[in-house]
Amino acid sequence: MNLSPQDITAIGLSMKIAVCATALSLPFGFATAWLMVFRNFRGKVLLEVLVNLPLTLPPVVIGYFLLLLFGRQGWAGAALRSAGIEFIFTWKAAVVASATVGFPLLVRSIRLGMESIDRQLLQASRSLGASWYDTLATVILPLSFRGMIAGSSLMFARSLGEFGATIIVAGNIPGLTQTIPLAIYDYASSPTGASMALSLCAVSVTLSVVILLLHEVIGKKLEVRRSA
Amino acid sequence: MKLGIDLEKRHGSFSLRIKTSLSGDRIGIFGDSGSGKSTLVHMITGLLTPDRGELRIDGTTLFSSRDRINLTPEQRRIAIVFQQAMLFPHLGVRANLHYGFRRCRPEHRKIRPEAIIEVLNLQNLLDRGVNNLSGGEKQRVALGRAVLANPRLLIMDEPLSALDDSLRYQIIPYLRSVSEEFRIPYLFISHSITEMQLMADDVLLVANGELAGLSTPDQIARNHMAGSPRGYLNLLRLGEPLLRDGLYHYPWGQGNLIVSDGKEQGESLFELSSRDIILFKNHPEAISARNLLECRVAEMFESDGRKGVVLESGGKRLIAEIVRTAAEELGIARDVTIFAAIKASAFRRLG
Repeated sequence: MNLSPQDITAIGLSMKIAVCATALSLPFGFATAWLMVFRNFRGKVLLEVLVNLPLTLPPVVIGYFLLLLFGRQGWAGAALRSAGIEFIFTWKAAVVASATVGFPLLVRSIRLGMESIDRQLLQASRSLGASWYDTLATVILPLSFRGMIAGSSLMFARSLGEFGATIIVAGNIPGLTQTIPLAIYDYASSPTGASMALSLCAVSVTLSVVILLLHEVIGKKLEVRRSA
Repeated sequence: MKLGIDLEKRHGSFSLRIKTSLSGDRIGIFGDSGSGKSTLVHMITGLLTPDRGELRIDGTTLFSSRDRINLTPEQRRIAIVFQQAMLFPHLGVRANLHYGFRRCRPEHRKIRPEAIIEVLNLQNLLDRGVNNLSGGEKQRVALGRAVLANPRLLIMDEPLSALDDSLRYQIIPYLRSVSEEFRIPYLFISHSITEMQLMADDVLLVANGELAGLSTPDQIARNHMAGSPRGYLNLLRLGEPLLRDGLYHYPWGQGNLIVSDGKEQGESLFELSSRDIILFKNHPEAISARNLLECRVAEMFESDGRKGVVLESGGKRLIAEIVRTAAEELGIARDVTIFAAIKASAFRRLG
């Protein structure tokens, strides 16, 4: 293993960005999944397409749109600047890029979990005196927990690997916005970086395997607890 | 309880329009599947919003399209027991039972958890998860959970349909004791005549989304006598038998009924088909059937070409079924005395 201090920073930054992106997306992911599963409204198809769009769009395109939105000319960028927040080419931009790209994965998993909830359970809860938000908190939320865990781990893993959108909105600044994939990209394009690139690749593989293992173990635990 | 219903709902090609007022605490809603029973009860509970109309319980308006009143399900205090128990899978038995009780306002908490746990015999289940309970246990917990919400009205939407025969009749005594003990008015929805006979005093008949009439369980059973594969089912609650020569002698009226499939302890419920009763004009000298009852014909009725004969013996009543020609040949008419023979094996024990 051959990791420079700069690589360690990149690993730390990757983790920080993935954690923040996942935590930031979770409430929105839950709300979106809830809307799509339990509500009927006009424009539902549109929302569905919009949520899933990042799955099919090249991440670079997403990054470019984010740049337009948050850049100097974009309205979101202007609003943030007037609030004194520097956004583009910071790690925060990388968080938003990861969150956007990973969001459909999160929503899909939560949705799958929610779709398996019997509607009569919700009716039972309402008829037992629970208001709709009480039902949301005491029936839908706990029964969506597995979907949320599954979605979060997928999204976390996806965030660790985010490249295209991140490089456009956050750049590739060592120590500031350089994540694992961006560092590997740098090593790969330098003639002497082969072994350094390989070390980071090993870290990447290890992280992915650990996350997937955790995902399985937690899934199993929840299953056991529910049938206990 | 007084229930005023005047509701309309369109649902694709199905439309429902029911207007009636009812009073009573044990009301049945009877109809085929797809007749609109479930739509009706969902509107009563507030889980489905009617297109138009009014709904009142004991002077409280739950829904009125004219006055723009539509109480939410949790404001209505109407609990439901579904066909499937619908216990919350992430909660244990105790937490399921307390779900509605915790959400019930203190001034409405008349029924305490301890009381319902005893009546429904749930002590041993309290600390279990809900996923390894049997079907009957689940349904008992579901019933307890609904009753503990201290509702003003309990709706039982085919609560026995998902259970097999033997379990069904194990649950019925619980349903009855809950309603007797705690006096919660209920609507019992079913397409089983036997369940109606056991659970309801008055019955609302629903067909094709409309009210087809108000009736009693006995009247429905009489109307279905000729058409139903097993005729009119007499339901007898018998207890304290004497076991003699392998047969159970149950006290009934002023005499005994002899039954082959009895149970020594406690009370049992038996069903006896109207077609398993053979009528004799005069006392037969010797017959193999173990029960021979001297009866007075209290009443006769028609059901699709068959004759129903209401027999009275020792203060108790049974309904026998014969074809019209038999009635003429035997000269059966009101107040005539005849003899009814019933085999000991004709009584089917339900639970």
